[in-house]
Amino acid sequence: MAGTEPLLELSDLVTSYRLRPGIGRPGGEVRAVAGVSLTVHAGETVGLVGESGCGKSTIARTIVGLVRPSGGKVLFDGRDLGALPAKELRRLRRDIQIVFQDPYASLNPRMTVANLIKEAWRIHPGLVPRERWDDEVDALLERVGLRSEHAGRYPHQFSGGQRQRISIARALAVRPRLIVCDEAVSALDVSVRAQILNLLQELQRDLGVSYLFISHDLGVVRHLCDRVAVMYLGKIVETGSKEEIYRSPAHPYTQALLSAAPSLDDWRTDESDEIVLTGDVPSPLSPPTGCRFRTRCWRAQDRCRDEEPAPAERDTGHPVACHFPGALPPPTTTAPDSGRLTKE
Amino acid sequence: MTVNVRGATLAGRLAGLPLRAHLALGTVLLFVLAGLLGPLLAPYDAARTSPVDRLLPPGTRLSDGAMAWLGTDQVGQDILAEVLAGMRTSLTVALVTVVVGGSAGLLLGLLAGYFGGWADGIISRVGDIQLAFPSLLLAILLAGVLGPSMVNVIIALAVTRWVIFARVVRGSALAVRDREFVDSARVMGASHARILAGYILPSCLPPLMVAATVQVGLTMVAEASLSFLGLGVPASQASWGSTIAEGRDYLASAWWIAAVPGAALALVVVSIGVLGDLLRDVSDPMTEL
Repeated sequence: MAGTEPLLELSDLVTSYRLRPGIGRPGGEVRAVAGVSLTVHAGETVGLVGESGCGKSTIARTIVGLVRPSGGKVLFDGRDLGALPAKELRRLRRDIQIVFQDPYASLNPRMTVANLIKEAWRIHPGLVPRERWDDEVDALLERVGLRSEHAGRYPHQFSGGQRQRISIARALAVRPRLIVCDEAVSALDVSVRAQILNLLQELQRDLGVSYLFISHDLGVVRHLCDRVAVMYLGKIVETGSKEEIYRSPAHPYTQALLSAAPSLDDWRTDESDEIVLTGDVPSPLSPPTGCRFRTRCWRAQDRCRDEEPAPAERDTGHPVACHFPGALPPPTTTAPDSGRLTKE
Repeated sequence: MTVNVRGATLAGRLAGLPLRAHLALGTVLLFVLAGLLGPLLAPYDAARTSPVDRLLPPGTRLSDGAMAWLGTDQVGQDILAEVLAGMRTSLTVALVTVVVGGSAGLLLGLLAGYFGGWADGIISRVGDIQLAFPSLLLAILLAGVLGPSMVNVIIALAVTRWVIFARVVRGSALAVRDREFVDSARVMGASHARILAGYILPSCLPPLMVAATVQVGLTMVAEASLSFLGLGVPASQASWGSTIAEGRDYLASAWWIAAVPGAALALVVVSIGVLGDLLRDVSDPMTEL
């Protein structure tokens, strides 16, 4: 499934936003993505999960070139996107497309569906000969489960699911090799969500396209992805195959995240095995020293404050950024000393 | 959620407008027609003088037997002819000024709103400084320096107007520039020129049109003010402002000299204002996306 050479490789990627100083607030830099390394191979689907605000979308925006990285590299097909001449970069950008979360905001309301799709070929002349445009639009619409008579309509005449299909058709129009799905199904109804997920899988089977699937929805990621990376406060805490992450999570944050996902038999028992984390996610303006998760972790010790854990395989079989990874679920009673963990 | 008004016929949409809209639209159309066809309609040459017929009240028959519907001034010129010729001047100056100032404002507003950064800094600060200065004073200064001619009046007024357009356009461009559909065009590889023309500009046009309509009326007042002060078009060209200025000395004896162009000016400006308001109401927020 996965080739030898990764299609997309993020190496120690840092993306920061500058904050302007305001009244009673000093200026500063928010490192929304603070050193992330991640690979996506051809034909593979990689899930990136984490809470809102952890930097998932910033990674997406950096990969597609909407935001400039302030450190590290984005390598696509072995080439550093930051070091390419503008012309080659433009050509290469075609290979990486994005599907946004909100299909109501991501389509130009003044353009018909046909024009939305043809725009890709206007921007990249030579991709599809002009006389083939109409046929190609029909083919793309059919490909994503719409009909050719939809071509003349405007985005506001479609439902959310249909609009997301249009977004996908539009992304496919430039024949990309990687599609970044930034919460692409989060705004959709459950039934429509399943349809779009099936469409994405079908497209991957037929076209061999890779996905970087960004979501906060663990169920969706489990359904779709081959590999999963878990992110917390700008860093990746654990990566592994779908089985490794869902069956034997080693990082306490992953364990807490998975335990919080609703499951079908929750109603059967009064007692829940949900790990409830106390406190809020610290501000990315001043992240904790050492391990970024230590302020909410029930396994935290002095070492976590002093030394930042690097992602490494620690008898876990997959990379984990934790000094004390454990396969075991946390204790069933209140955490021994700190009281940081409560069980319900 | 979205009301589709594209299908409605022009007649149907006109019938749905309130009465004041009809009155305003009618008045403006009447004045525009009169301005265009003025020389054909006017019974007299606007510049011809006739000392025998001076200061005649409205509705008096002249020495040559013709009717002076709106009276004559102190040199025997027909007021109706002067008002029609003044309409022409007023309309030309206002429209050209709005087109010139609007284009400059559109360009600078797009630059400021879309690119931001130092371009925005310079354009917005220059605009702020200019707005802090009374616009008529600036126009008087410019017109005084440049000398009386129609082109100079247009230049002076356009310089005072561009800021208003630039601000409107900058605001719209700023609101659209970071929207997701613009981002998706960027990811597609669209150039700045394509994004500006195809994505940003269409959203800036409706508010710009509203601003332009209102500004046509206000520019007419400004032109009349300059002419009233003797800084407008040269004396050989008729202008409402200069006619009012001439009539000022005769207000007690021949009120119609100043009153007729003054009323015409008020009527047109109020009508254009009503139309501008209406345009603002009609421009659906959904279409400004």
